[in-house]
Amino acid sequence: MQVYKESAEIVSREQIAEDIFRFTVKSPDIAAASWPGQFVMVRTGDGLDPLLRRPFSVHQVAAGGLVQIVFKVIGKGTRALAAMESGRKLDLLGPVGRGFVIGEEYQHILVGGGIGIAPLLFLAGHILEKNDSSSVRVLLGARTKDEIFTLKGDFENMGLEVNAITEDGTLGKKGIITDLMVELKQEKPVMIYGCGPYPMLRAVAGTCRENNWKCQVSLETMMACGLAACLGCAVLRADMKGYVHACKDGPVFDADDVAWL
Amino acid sequence: MAVEKPDMQVNIGSLELKNPVMTASGTFGYGKEFDSLVNLQRLGAIIAKGISLLPMQGNPPPRIAETACGMLNAIGLENVGLERFLTEKLTFLKGIDTPLIVNILGDTIEDYQQLAKQLDDEEKVAAVEVNISCPNVKQGGVAFGTDPHMAHAVTKAVRHHFSRPVIVKLSPNVTDIALIGRAVEEAGADAVSLINTVLGMAIDIESCRPKLANTFGGLSGPAIKPVALRMVWQVAASVSIPVIGIGGITTAEDAIEFFLAGATAIQVGTANFINPLATEEIIDGIELYLEKKGMTSIGEMIGKARTS
Repeated sequence: MQVYKESAEIVSREQIAEDIFRFTVKSPDIAAASWPGQFVMVRTGDGLDPLLRRPFSVHQVAAGGLVQIVFKVIGKGTRALAAMESGRKLDLLGPVGRGFVIGEEYQHILVGGGIGIAPLLFLAGHILEKNDSSSVRVLLGARTKDEIFTLKGDFENMGLEVNAITEDGTLGKKGIITDLMVELKQEKPVMIYGCGPYPMLRAVAGTCRENNWKCQVSLETMMACGLAACLGCAVLRADMKGYVHACKDGPVFDADDVAWL
Repeated sequence: MAVEKPDMQVNIGSLELKNPVMTASGTFGYGKEFDSLVNLQRLGAIIAKGISLLPMQGNPPPRIAETACGMLNAIGLENVGLERFLTEKLTFLKGIDTPLIVNILGDTIEDYQQLAKQLDDEEKVAAVEVNISCPNVKQGGVAFGTDPHMAHAVTKAVRHHFSRPVIVKLSPNVTDIALIGRAVEEAGADAVSLINTVLGMAIDIESCRPKLANTFGGLSGPAIKPVALRMVWQVAASVSIPVIGIGGITTAEDAIEFFLAGATAIQVGTANFINPLATEEIIDGIELYLEKKGMTSIGEMIGKARTS
């Protein structure tokens, strides 16, 4: 697998919610090689603390060699990243990992929770290259409206139907994402593409199993290298007899291949 | 006037290395993982991820946690096992014109013997590095590396079954590392490499639980460099075989400190995760330093901090 290391200029930074940022960087090699669901390893500064790169899924790629990431400030690394100004260079490694497999002849249901919505926009673009927008549905869940309002608009601008649900009822109905899934009317075989926090994905995978829907999930784990060297990003296999690794076997897995704990 | 390049070559026992920069076991996979980023031919040696006789599945996650200028890991020695290493991983490494050193680990002395014997048949394996930080299951789980007698015994067993250089990787989690160094030298080791990771832990104050599923893990990265340097200094004073310095080396300047303390070669570990090009940059930086200091070879700087 060809991995690139690029010094990528931040061409724009956008604060899409109080603690959520969208960076656009110029990274031509990574932009050209990325597939939805793959990710980049980003150094959040020049120093040694924080030490490790942070993994971010590729949010979108655009003409001119542009790559976008969306991240939420949750710790030292993301705080340092959020403080970076346009014009600065960002040290990127990627693309890494195995992305989503786009099925044919499916009703494609994109299920995103919170910051996990990030890679689904890139995926939606690829699905639409070969499929009509009527075969794609987007279900978004979050704690509150602010977390997903901007990204919801981005899906709608692609001509996609979006259903949102929030835990506090500030956008769409009050509830959780699986509430939207059970309302789905199945016309064709369903393929679910999920990304979000682990408890949400576990519930999504459970709903898929009950309905006999195919389901792919993008899992987040602690990770040091992204290159299958540290073996830190272990995910328990469905047979509970060993581990797969989010950086090389994933981050996107068939929901039936991993153990849901 | 043509300026002569400094001589970067070093010897580890009978093994000649084109330069003293190697990749530390467990931080560089089996080489192939870094092929698209690093010119593998430039490296002094590649040390492969530790291999046990049978595959090991490793510890449950979370396996890693970041700490200030460092990281904790409790991977649990996950590896594909000797057979798959020989059939799946070795072919790629045979195509790289860089010496391959295989890190080996086991639960018993017999495991180490078996590994040494089978790897001796593979010409590509230029040396073995013996990880003695593992618990000896037949001796109540005490790590081989924390007891001079057990360290001696395991080294002797490997020495007996492996005809090329034997490097023993020392654990820092001991009271007197020089004592262990002398024990393995006496048992026939051609070199010692140090340090392995420093035992540590971290706690998540939100969940009020240890951050690693294994509770404890090995600390690596820049945070441990001063500890490693001190131990290299001590061991270099106590043994007459080459010492290979490991521990938080991230830049050429870090590496140079280890040479000045008495190391003959160095390994780059955690830095490979942060900057996959670290090894090549360190090779360039060492060469530049030697030129700047008017030194003609690596040998001139080895142990220099001890003499003047």
